[in-house]
Amino acid sequence: MSGITVVIGVIGADVHAVGNKIIDFALQEAGFNVVNLGVMVSQEEFVQAAIETDADAILVSSLYGHGEIDCQGLREKCEEAGLNDIPLIAGGNLVVGKQNFEEVEARFMKMGFNKVTSPGTPIEEIFEYLKELPVLTQGLQ
Amino acid sequence: MKYLTADFGSTYTKLTAIDSKRANIVGTASAFTTVDTDVMEGFRNAKGLLEEKIGTFTYDQLLCCSSAAGGLKMIAMGLVPDLTAKAAHTAAASAGAKVIRTFSFEISMAEQAEIELINPDLILLCGGTDGGNKEVIISNARKLSGLKGSFTIVVAGNKSAADEIATLLSASGKEFVITENVMPQFNCLNIEPARQEITKLFIERIIDAKGLSKIQEMASSEVIPTPRAVMNGCELFSRGTKRSKGIGDLMAIDIGGATTDVYSMSHGTPSISNVLVKGLPEPFAKRSVEGDLGMRYNLDSLIDASNMEFITSYSGSSTAEIKKWVEACQSSPHLLAKEGSKEQKIEEALARRAAQIATERHCGQWESVYTPFGQTFTLTGKDLSDISNVIGLGGVITNSSHGPFILDGVKAESGPRKYAKPKNPRYLVDRRYIFASMGLLAQVDEELALTLLKKEIHAQ
Repeated sequence: MSGITVVIGVIGADVHAVGNKIIDFALQEAGFNVVNLGVMVSQEEFVQAAIETDADAILVSSLYGHGEIDCQGLREKCEEAGLNDIPLIAGGNLVVGKQNFEEVEARFMKMGFNKVTSPGTPIEEIFEYLKELPVLTQGLQ
Repeated sequence: MKYLTADFGSTYTKLTAIDSKRANIVGTASAFTTVDTDVMEGFRNAKGLLEEKIGTFTYDQLLCCSSAAGGLKMIAMGLVPDLTAKAAHTAAASAGAKVIRTFSFEISMAEQAEIELINPDLILLCGGTDGGNKEVIISNARKLSGLKGSFTIVVAGNKSAADEIATLLSASGKEFVITENVMPQFNCLNIEPARQEITKLFIERIIDAKGLSKIQEMASSEVIPTPRAVMNGCELFSRGTKRSKGIGDLMAIDIGGATTDVYSMSHGTPSISNVLVKGLPEPFAKRSVEGDLGMRYNLDSLIDASNMEFITSYSGSSTAEIKKWVEACQSSPHLLAKEGSKEQKIEEALARRAAQIATERHCGQWESVYTPFGQTFTLTGKDLSDISNVIGLGGVITNSSHGPFILDGVKAESGPRKYAKPKNPRYLVDRRYIFASMGLLAQVDEELALTLLKKEIHAQ
């Protein structure tokens, strides 16, 4: 166990379950503690799970194009709940249509996300990102 | 073999005489509980009444349960309200406790004062998954260690915090036990170890502290909390034994003087397709207690939640008459409505409402969600739509000739899907109030208890 706990899930009314299962499997294989909330996960559920499990990061997936609307306010909810600096990662098909990824990324960063990945990003990029996070948990001390 | 079971309730001490050779219930009797003076007095009175009916009864074994002297008063504590706090509440309620309050997050000064005021017998302290948050449970343990009161703490939270909690609680001199986490992993419920610890503490410490040790001395097996006995009875009736089948999924509702208890024996998996299950998983055997729904002690809140027009039209009483009866019940809780009277009709309408509210709080809830693929549903809690047996317990149901009218409160209403209540159940009534007794008997002779339940619990 790496001691790094990640909460994952597909946000909003999105029911795309396959990618979620693959991310769960890949993260576990790479040695992370995964708390998988599955599909159709509300912002509140992400926050609650992160509190209870003392998570080191929240990884939000969205495939159906409504990701931007669904993710608005998640950072504020985390702050309200005392999860002040928890890294938020978003990935998938976050928006509708063919939009310039840099613009999408900028909009998500403005919403308080720390990392945004474009469609087709290899999962290893997430592993690297998570491993380089500042040490937050006692598990690593 | 002859058995006598005794249920020392808050008001009545109820005895049931059982003959295993003839496989029948020989008789039942009850008398007022006398916990303030000598609890044995009530027992002897009840036994006298029993023997007036059936003649001298010599028993081989005496089995007892108790909810006298306030029952097992508990407080449940967790971290997030919908997660470990809920898991803690579920564990305490399933152990047969009267859960007075459930707290989440770090408790405030006001909440600490409230705990001292409640003066619970036990506190179930939870919080954090294993390896998850430790700060909150440790902080709460520290706060509890400074409180007045003779409560024992059952610690069932994050295992990584257990040693630190043990050190600080030992230093403070508070009694405590440490057991497995009620939620070791996210959304995984593990309430059995906590439940067992609670039962053990009830037997070892609470019984004695409440002046009920004389019962324990006479009893052939350990005295358990009455709701736990009822729950055992329900579970046996539903699942059956290794040799004989039970009646399958069931729900039982006990409308009492101070609380309304609901039991469901069902996995509660969704009965429709295209549904997503949300929230904490719930146990097959689930109990919920509504402390604000009682036929005597909490009538105000029940009246507030009721539709006056419905009560007036059903009972044929005016609002003033209803108020008068409610006041009379509150000032003398032993008051009983006469058979066939208007007052009995008021009671039936109120009981139906209590059944309705208690069931809605117990069962799962549907929520309609619109996705790009159309309408779909989420379900939080147990789906009890397909439950085929609903059992009514408690005086207001058993004394009434309109049991089904009261029990209709548990049934799903037409209209949009909201509560996963039973759609088309048959109603059974426990006329002689034997569930607690059968739950006790099941500890020594499951087969006999099941046979007697099948014999005694009749369809309406």
